[in-house]
Amino acid sequence: MPLPTRLSPGEKRLPDPAILPEQIEEGTSLWKDAWHRLSRNRLALFSFWTLVVIASLCFVGPFFTPHAFDAQNLEKTLQSPSWQHPFGTDDLGRDQLTRVLVGGRVSLTVGVIATIVSLIIGVTYGAAAAYIGRKVEAVMMRLVDILYAMPFTIFVILLMTIFERSLILLFVAIGAVEWLTMSRIVHGQVKSLKKQEFIEAAVSLGFGTRRILFRHLIPNVLGVVAVYATLTVPSVMLLESFLSFLGLGVQPPQPSWGSLIKLGADNIQLYPHLLVIPAFFFSLTLFSLNFLGDGLRDALDPKSSKD
Amino acid sequence: MLRFILSRLAQSFAVIFVVITATFFLVRLAPGDPFSSERRIPEFIKQRILEHYGLDRPAIEQYWNFIRNAAPKRFRPDRIFEEDPLMSAFGINLGPSFTQARTVNQIIADTFPVSLELGFWALVIALSLGLTAGLTAAIFKNSALDYVPMSAAMVGICLPTFVMGPILALIFGVWLGWFNVSGWFLPQDRVLPAVTLGLVYAAVIARITRGGMLEILSQDFIRTAQAKGVPYTRIVFKHTLRGGLLPVVTFMGPALAGIISGSFVVETIFQIPGLGRQFVQSAFNRDYFLVLGTVSVYAVLITLANLTVDIVQVILNPRLRFED
Repeated sequence: MPLPTRLSPGEKRLPDPAILPEQIEEGTSLWKDAWHRLSRNRLALFSFWTLVVIASLCFVGPFFTPHAFDAQNLEKTLQSPSWQHPFGTDDLGRDQLTRVLVGGRVSLTVGVIATIVSLIIGVTYGAAAAYIGRKVEAVMMRLVDILYAMPFTIFVILLMTIFERSLILLFVAIGAVEWLTMSRIVHGQVKSLKKQEFIEAAVSLGFGTRRILFRHLIPNVLGVVAVYATLTVPSVMLLESFLSFLGLGVQPPQPSWGSLIKLGADNIQLYPHLLVIPAFFFSLTLFSLNFLGDGLRDALDPKSSKD
Repeated sequence: MLRFILSRLAQSFAVIFVVITATFFLVRLAPGDPFSSERRIPEFIKQRILEHYGLDRPAIEQYWNFIRNAAPKRFRPDRIFEEDPLMSAFGINLGPSFTQARTVNQIIADTFPVSLELGFWALVIALSLGLTAGLTAAIFKNSALDYVPMSAAMVGICLPTFVMGPILALIFGVWLGWFNVSGWFLPQDRVLPAVTLGLVYAAVIARITRGGMLEILSQDFIRTAQAKGVPYTRIVFKHTLRGGLLPVVTFMGPALAGIISGSFVVETIFQIPGLGRQFVQSAFNRDYFLVLGTVSVYAVLITLANLTVDIVQVILNPRLRFED
């Protein structure tokens, strides 16, 4: 029988007389194990590097392009790609390359910050509900259920049309929608973990709350949280671009991928490159984020180590 | 079971009420009024307009007036809004529109069927395509029949409606010339918008179906059935389908909400005279009653869908019956 390669946290293997002590494998940590599995997943690695390239292009690139993202040139509107303007120009003669990069910067920033907002609210809320338990838990999660049934996109649209549009309002609106799923996931995780045998075993072995929390509960939840955070970023970016597409997100002259796609969609008959280029960058980013999230899930889910 | 349905029904009413109330005060609390963006009107005329619509009253009174008017006729001594033959069967009067020469009732009656048709076709596409792809992938796990549809689904998920729509219009409308780029007149005008709206959900449903089926297929009772010599097709369709499709049923609620918000975009891209465009436009114009009217329709629709999903879920999953 082959040796099990991994020990559950806190588990101690009985010494087998047939095995010399130095042959006993060290238990690897969750993260080392996860990294090992992730690095074997080519698609996830490729996605990771794609993201790194896109992000650095968007954040650093605009400093090196010869045009400002809001510099208009009304003599050169709606040009096709050329050496001077590799992605052409938009309806106000602004350099499309710079605008695509700056737009990516806006979209990525909104994606990450709104995800962090939703992460903080969701994890705290979900973990608190599961930890407190009993009636409070029931009420808290019922509230999430009810909020879940609300047509939030509608409220977000109302918020963005009625109040003065700003990035902060955008973060609040999107974060307020996205925390629900996170809190549900964390709640479910903590609740099911609390019931599992290895926690019971840890309790009966007399481990302190701190040890159980940090060595047994948190590492197990963290994986799932990391995965869903990675998967929340694209859905946040989607919502932001959706709003920008409707003209409700980031305000001009500030571009975002959503508003660039909208401009392209309005001009598909004559200037398809205005649509295709931002759509390509946007989709590639969503693609990479989703694949990376999937890869992380496979890497961090202890159950997936079986196969 | 009856208790469960009743409690969910009560909850649904509460949700609809909260949505309408929240919308009302959200719209009213914002600075400015529906007539502030137009060209300057003399103050006394503006005052008359506000008075005419009852907008000079305190917000609470306006709210009460709105609720009273929206309620069936016999509860309401009508003062502000003239009666409307449409929807008289329900006796609901949602008030006038500030920007269009139609009442909100009329606007909804004109545009909602269009959106309903669009949503219906989108749902048909999403379910037929998604279930087929997901089931195939689950049955032929780790073969080309698994990888190809699942990769396609992954692409589908990453192409949101507002990217998919213009790109489909570009390829099939502009380059190939098979369909009109916009409009809602001919039967074939339904194709591009419905595909745009349905494809994303087809992709999600395919992934959920595959996951759900594989989860059940890996359970012990399936192994037992296999050991007893039950044919594989029978295992899949008789033993696995019911449990395996549960996640898909759960997803139908969010899917419907998504199709509704997707319709805002799709109706804009393809110039479809539907309710979604009315909603976005009315929010831009602060057409108070139209905003409230459209939001009410959506609230009822989404709540109804969630209610149905909850009930179907309990019917399909006996384990849930003991919880309440």
